[in-house]
Amino acid sequence: MITAQQLADPAAVRGLLGHIDAIARRLPRRVTFMEVCGTHTNAIAAAGLRRLLPPQIRLISGPGCPVCVTPVGYLDRAEALARRDDVTICTFGDLLRVPSSHGSLEQARARGADVRVVYSPRDAVAVARAAPQRTVVFLGVGFETTVPTVAAALLEAERDGVANFLVLSGHKTMPGPLRALAGDDDVAVDGFICPGHVSVITGSRAFSFLPEEFGTPAVVAGFTPTDVLRGVLALARQLVDGRAELENLYGRVVSPEGNLTAQALVARTFAPADATWRGLGAIPGSGLELRQEFAARDAARLEVPLPEPEEPAGCRCGDVLKGLIDPTDCPLFAAACTPEAPVGACMVSAEGACAAWYRHERSPGAAQ
Amino acid sequence: MCLAVPMRLETRDELSGIAEIDGVRREVSLMLVPEAQAGDWVLVHAGYAIGTVDEAEAQETLALLRQAAELSELP
Amino acid sequence: MTRRPDTVLLAHGGGGRLTRELVRSTFLPAFRNPALETLTDAAILEPLPAGRLALTTDAFVVDPLEFPGGDLGRLAVCGTVNDLAVAGARPVALTAAFILEEGLETALLDRLVASAARAAAAAAVPIVAGDTKVVPRGKGDGIFAVTAGLGVVPTGRDLGDHRIVPGDVILVSGPIAAHGGTIVACRHGLAGGGLESDCAPLNGLVEHLLGSGVEVHAMHDPTRGGVATTCNEVAERCNARLVLEATAIPVQPAVTAVCELLGLDPLYLACEGRLLAWVAADHAPRALQVLREHPLGREAACIGRVETAAAGGSVVLRTAYGVERPLDLLSGSEVPRIC
Repeated sequence: MITAQQLADPAAVRGLLGHIDAIARRLPRRVTFMEVCGTHTNAIAAAGLRRLLPPQIRLISGPGCPVCVTPVGYLDRAEALARRDDVTICTFGDLLRVPSSHGSLEQARARGADVRVVYSPRDAVAVARAAPQRTVVFLGVGFETTVPTVAAALLEAERDGVANFLVLSGHKTMPGPLRALAGDDDVAVDGFICPGHVSVITGSRAFSFLPEEFGTPAVVAGFTPTDVLRGVLALARQLVDGRAELENLYGRVVSPEGNLTAQALVARTFAPADATWRGLGAIPGSGLELRQEFAARDAARLEVPLPEPEEPAGCRCGDVLKGLIDPTDCPLFAAACTPEAPVGACMVSAEGACAAWYRHERSPGAAQ
Repeated sequence: MCLAVPMRLETRDELSGIAEIDGVRREVSLMLVPEAQAGDWVLVHAGYAIGTVDEAEAQETLALLRQAAELSELP
Repeated sequence: MTRRPDTVLLAHGGGGRLTRELVRSTFLPAFRNPALETLTDAAILEPLPAGRLALTTDAFVVDPLEFPGGDLGRLAVCGTVNDLAVAGARPVALTAAFILEEGLETALLDRLVASAARAAAAAAVPIVAGDTKVVPRGKGDGIFAVTAGLGVVPTGRDLGDHRIVPGDVILVSGPIAAHGGTIVACRHGLAGGGLESDCAPLNGLVEHLLGSGVEVHAMHDPTRGGVATTCNEVAERCNARLVLEATAIPVQPAVTAVCELLGLDPLYLACEGRLLAWVAADHAPRALQVLREHPLGREAACIGRVETAAAGGSVVLRTAYGVERPLDLLSGSEVPRIC
């Protein structure tokens, strides 16, 4: 087996950077590669990889943070549910501090709401089991990596008769926004680093439309420093060679067809629906809602008062998510919008492009 | 939204098992990877195994990285 | 003779017979010392040795109350002792007040108090005064502890951030984040790999270090918020640039694994039995040697240095690949994430 240390080996990183430098000199112009997974954003920032790449290669972050692209309407509904006396909200930690129109779930908790952070949707089922008199609402956010876990938890609740476990689905799927970006003339991306763990579920095939329909090089890559750099190297090589292919560089966990068991569980529990992506707008069929037969577990059916959703003034999360601007180009960045007082979701989530940039890329006195 | 860690599946029963990395253990659900066997390495996300790690591919990756590392040592 | 109740009752906080019984049966035997046993309104201590007085207070809340490597009782004593120790003070006496929630199991209370007593004995510091109140069920998380610690900084000893200068080396006494990592692991079903809190009294280690004559400028214990938060506080106070070397920071493999699984950064998780020391550059190798002589400092390491800041204080982390990135204060505490 290969260890985390081996995958982060500085000598291997140096060697890969050497290859990247060599190939970059043969690029006709400066190129832009986009990764579309919040975990990629953070991994790249934490290792400081962006600054190690040659100037001809620009690495940007797309709409890969499920928290960042969650519309305010979903957050408002979650916050309103939290305020109900009979409801226990279970959520991944990622959502805890995202602001809705009336403050975050953390703030709701401070005002007396029962909000609990869980690591696994199964833990939320356990909460429901232990408190049959409460209505337990699990906030289902996340892409294809996470949806099967929520589906499995829901089916486990069905099997065991845990009737008080509900899901508020904010799940979204990846190909939709990638298609929108690849087809958007304003967005100039020369290659995509596709999300490695989404691909474990969907299969690498799910992203072959990028080279096949749009002629854009794409790779499926893992999250360690060497995985990311191998991805950058492969994309650069494709450009120099004039190829446009989908290369699976994460074969140790990704297959062309993906996890069929997981796909089947999702198909049993969820159905495609239209969804709004914060910053990108509505993308048909890019969301998931609970199937009709699970209506009793759909928290969206619970009556709660909702405010009119407002997008905050001056916020340019949308343009950041499309890769049109860097976080530093947004007038609110590091001024009105900081991790302590976030305006848009890009700053709240630690993986949001703006938060990651703020934490890792702002460099007072950092070495060049 | 892809935080997932490879862990070794130590034991399993019908629907779940105990997975381990560096001595740290957790119960993980095997509902998404029912074919996983004790001794396999599985990728764990949010308390669920979502896939298995292919040993042959892992070795190939290791070989690639060793090559890259050797290159970096050349003058 | 009435049997001791299994759980704490509101009446135990009432000041009457039940309160007296609680004190005499639980706290007094555990914390046994002359000053406490007078059971009057204030503890009267013997005259103190020469030097400046140090006084600290702390509040302790932890969930779960008992965890591998410690519990609330041990945490309360060690936390208070360590605040004194890193300031260069020799602890003289502690106080401990407990706010108990109605319904707390007396057996659990006994264990926590006994653990506090053992920690105090290990640190050779008496608990000379205390108080107990009981709040109704639902109004407290089982038990809260509030402490005070009195110490003496021997004449001639002067430690503090005001003594830190560019060129100083930053040492840590052992692997980080074991306490915070253990707590978060407990909450999310993770265990094993030797995961346990590092909770320990540091006054012995501190005296060993200072007694060696090595030039120590300042010390801190990186508790809530971890090493990164403590370094940020120092950087701000000193207007200095602190550079930490990622590859030099010791972390146990099990703690790294927990952090990977839950999406946490060990640099922001609490240590409860570790100290950071800012040491004059040419004394650093000797300081490291001295720390490693002591059981609590066997894995001490040099993790960074202090540089002059261009403007304002900052902390940067130099990664394994030679790039520096900012290591800022977090806006909130770390929560497990999936992304």
